[in-house]
Amino acid sequence: MNITITLTVNGRRISRSAGGHFTLLRWLRELADVTDPKYGCGEGICGACAVLVDDVPVSSCLVLAAQVDGSSITTAAGLAEPDGSLGPLQRAFHEHHAAQCGFCTPGMLIAAAAMTADGRPRSRAEIRAGLHGNLCRCTGYGPIVDAVEAAQKTAHHAGTPVSSAAAADHGTAAGAADHGTAAGAADHGTAAGAASRGAGR
Amino acid sequence: MSGGPGSSASSAAGIRTSKEHELRIVRQPLPRHDQAEKIAGTTRYAGDLAFASMLHARLVRSPVPSAAITRRDPAAALAVPGVVCVLFGEDVPHNLIWVDVPGQTVEVAALKASMEVLATGLVRFHGEPVALVVAETEDALAEACDLVEVDYQELPAVFDPGEALAGDAPAVHGQGNLLGEWRIDTGDVRAAFEGADVVVEGSYQTQTVDHAYLEPEAGVGWLDDEGVLNLRVATQVVEHYRDVARILGIPEARVRVIAPYVGGGFGGKEDMTVEPYLALAVWRTRRPVRMQWTRQESLLARPKRHRMRLRYRTAARRDGTILGQDIDITADSGAYAYLSALVLLYSSVHACGPYRVGNVAVRARCAYTNNPPTSAFRGFGGMQVVFGYEAQMDLLARELGIPAADIRKRNALARGDLLPVGQAIETEVLLAETIDAVLGRAGVKPAPSGPRKAVGRGIACNMQSYGRLVWLNDSAAAWVGFQLDGSLSIRCGVPDIGGGQASSLGQIASEVLGVPMDRITVHFGDSALTPLAGTTTATRQLLMSGNAVYEASVLLRDAILAAVAAETGQPAAGLRLDTGQITGPDVAVTLPEALVSCRRRNVPIEALGTFFGPKGTPVARDLRAGRVFPDFTFGTHLCDAEVDLDTGRVELLRYVAAHDAGRAINLRSVEGQISGGAAQGLGMALLEEVVVSEGVNLTGGFFQYLIPTATDLPDIEAIVLESGEGMGPFGARGIGEPPIGPPAAAVASAIHDALGARPTVLPITPERVLACAGQPDEPGTSR
Repeated sequence: MNITITLTVNGRRISRSAGGHFTLLRWLRELADVTDPKYGCGEGICGACAVLVDDVPVSSCLVLAAQVDGSSITTAAGLAEPDGSLGPLQRAFHEHHAAQCGFCTPGMLIAAAAMTADGRPRSRAEIRAGLHGNLCRCTGYGPIVDAVEAAQKTAHHAGTPVSSAAAADHGTAAGAADHGTAAGAADHGTAAGAASRGAGR
Repeated sequence: MSGGPGSSASSAAGIRTSKEHELRIVRQPLPRHDQAEKIAGTTRYAGDLAFASMLHARLVRSPVPSAAITRRDPAAALAVPGVVCVLFGEDVPHNLIWVDVPGQTVEVAALKASMEVLATGLVRFHGEPVALVVAETEDALAEACDLVEVDYQELPAVFDPGEALAGDAPAVHGQGNLLGEWRIDTGDVRAAFEGADVVVEGSYQTQTVDHAYLEPEAGVGWLDDEGVLNLRVATQVVEHYRDVARILGIPEARVRVIAPYVGGGFGGKEDMTVEPYLALAVWRTRRPVRMQWTRQESLLARPKRHRMRLRYRTAARRDGTILGQDIDITADSGAYAYLSALVLLYSSVHACGPYRVGNVAVRARCAYTNNPPTSAFRGFGGMQVVFGYEAQMDLLARELGIPAADIRKRNALARGDLLPVGQAIETEVLLAETIDAVLGRAGVKPAPSGPRKAVGRGIACNMQSYGRLVWLNDSAAAWVGFQLDGSLSIRCGVPDIGGGQASSLGQIASEVLGVPMDRITVHFGDSALTPLAGTTTATRQLLMSGNAVYEASVLLRDAILAAVAAETGQPAAGLRLDTGQITGPDVAVTLPEALVSCRRRNVPIEALGTFFGPKGTPVARDLRAGRVFPDFTFGTHLCDAEVDLDTGRVELLRYVAAHDAGRAINLRSVEGQISGGAAQGLGMALLEEVVVSEGVNLTGGFFQYLIPTATDLPDIEAIVLESGEGMGPFGARGIGEPPIGPPAAAVASAIHDALGARPTVLPITPERVLACAGQPDEPGTSR
């Protein structure tokens, strides 16, 4: 049975009818032509499909579209400036060569946006922990950490958060689980991410 | 046409020399031109393109590793609403994918192996494609795939390459399981060992590894207005259009493969993945079709890195000079040939590493088994052996009381030295400089963080070829043309798999023609509309398409300068093409004016450059080939690691990697290749393994296949040396594959330093660390 689901995606209100089993990722990619969230594993491990659902980072492959009906969705493309140019976090990724193949990049940006939303400066180790739910196979992560570090410094000087994501306390493991395993973007979300990848990590 | 000469020496003339201070754009760490779209989220990867009324296709795969197919029935699947067709092997016009490997003299004169596109009689590995289902929706597809009825009668199977080579093993392909064998016999190995002061021995095992690029295999196919079959797929090889044409029995000119930006390749998209199936589905239905493999499918059935067993015996003098090496390599090829024989050839040629060894015996064999197939993966057989030869260097160093750096420098290859296979090293080798670079950067070894911890420092060197085997007649073409406003278009068939392949071409043309990067567009990866540049594999694209773009750019520059010279009456030699203008002693002409002059004088404002790789003769099983590869890239990695003596956990404290990149066309891209390659190698060192039990692939998802996360790795410090000695444009060497070679050996070396005992089986799990801690080195045989 199909359900009409209405989401505000990067500020644009979109209604599409979908089966109740449609994940948010499928709804975005197949029905709304929002293709920057990527399918990487379908298991909530790789983070390539990460989006913000009402400012909470979520693996969109693990959430049903129907569960988040009425929500506001931010994808990596939504981190751009209103005029379409790259936003502050995106500019930092660009300046620090943080994308190679680029397939993990939209998810990385979402993780970084969620992490930096509260404006609190983080150490490199904390940044790495915040990116722990997002896999990259090209860069070795260093340039991505550099980009996040630089972006938060810039934002700190400017007195504004790097991204528009709310600085809500979205990071408890339980809260993350409610939304499907979080993309690991939130500081505390890494606990859930680590658990889902098995012991010894 | 450039009429490019066929020999490397003349093709490369004028390209090899580059003076750093004269370079304008090359060497600049410019943001790659493809990054902005990727970061904006607007890049359309293979799986991101959709057509209205597009169909969807999926494979039904064998659930068992060895069986006869006794019955296939599509009826129940066809009854699902929305299912368009269910195809079996009999529905494929030519149901064979061929693999040709010249020089194999083992079971067959020259290996001519094949596999079915869709298995009809036998399945030989868990995950082998048996049926192709095409449906209107993904949902119908999922339902129908479960309803395709295939009955299997299981057959005897073999899962261990050693057992597969024993006489009584079940034959995977009906005639023995020896798929490939190479031998090197150089000098007098027996005499070298008899005359040695010391002999060290070791056995090493590497594991089955998955590429685990973030983008699973995907593509969309359609028929265009000319009736040409178009496949827009995630691939490293647009030339697979030829294989697709052969399978469908249609002219090659009727198939077009487009490679959009690829979400990582690493060799895993070198063989065909979705191509033949997508082609079949489009050809059969005459409608656009999309095929998206799941991550689980990718892990299950796409070819992996060969696990290898390496046995090394090394003879040396007391002063550390290596006298001889005796090496035995056995590799698991899995159920089908793919590129196994060539991977093993790379292992053989690279088996002694970047060291001068005069007396060498190598015996390398790869065997068919009923495991998942293995094929190309970054490093391509040249990287597994690093785990062996660098362990031997450490054993020798410890046995003789010589520092690890010194024994490597003492034996390092230099220009003019011969490799065991007979190839001479033609370019300057900066191996010692890379060793000094990592040691200089790392400083003092850190102290342990607690009483039950031990810290070790390891180094590992490697060499890795760049460019294809010299008898493959490799070539690459590129077209470079000015627009009337002075902006520049480049057309080159190179697939860009994330390494900045396209962007580097822009930077090369920018250097020669003075056009800023933001006025250059690189059209790439289209077998119909861009000149063919060959595969993005074998660390060959900078050498090949880079030189092709360089040649085309030089032709174009010289033609324009000649036209301006004729127009102004000034000698061309005194003219210079700078950004947007041609200048000389008494000349200042804008580029658009010069382009008008060209058109008035019938001078083309475009040029096609074709670069031909170095040539050589094919090898036989007994390798006395002389030249095998164009050239090699050398490097050294350093690892500081802390071992928890109670748990066996290894923490990487510091990782420094230095390579001589010849000339860094884009410094950031080179650093990215080094840090990314090191990271992928560290995953192999510590975490990754595709676990296969009795032929059943147990590694079902990313929750089981653990690639490194951001918290598993330290900052990887890349050091780029620039000898200017490479065969690529401006003296560049290839850098794509080389950095994945040393990490496993460097980590093992650090643990060796910390514990006095060395893990010899990959991945180096905590269990294996604890096990080896109880088994310190056995002394070498002193004579």
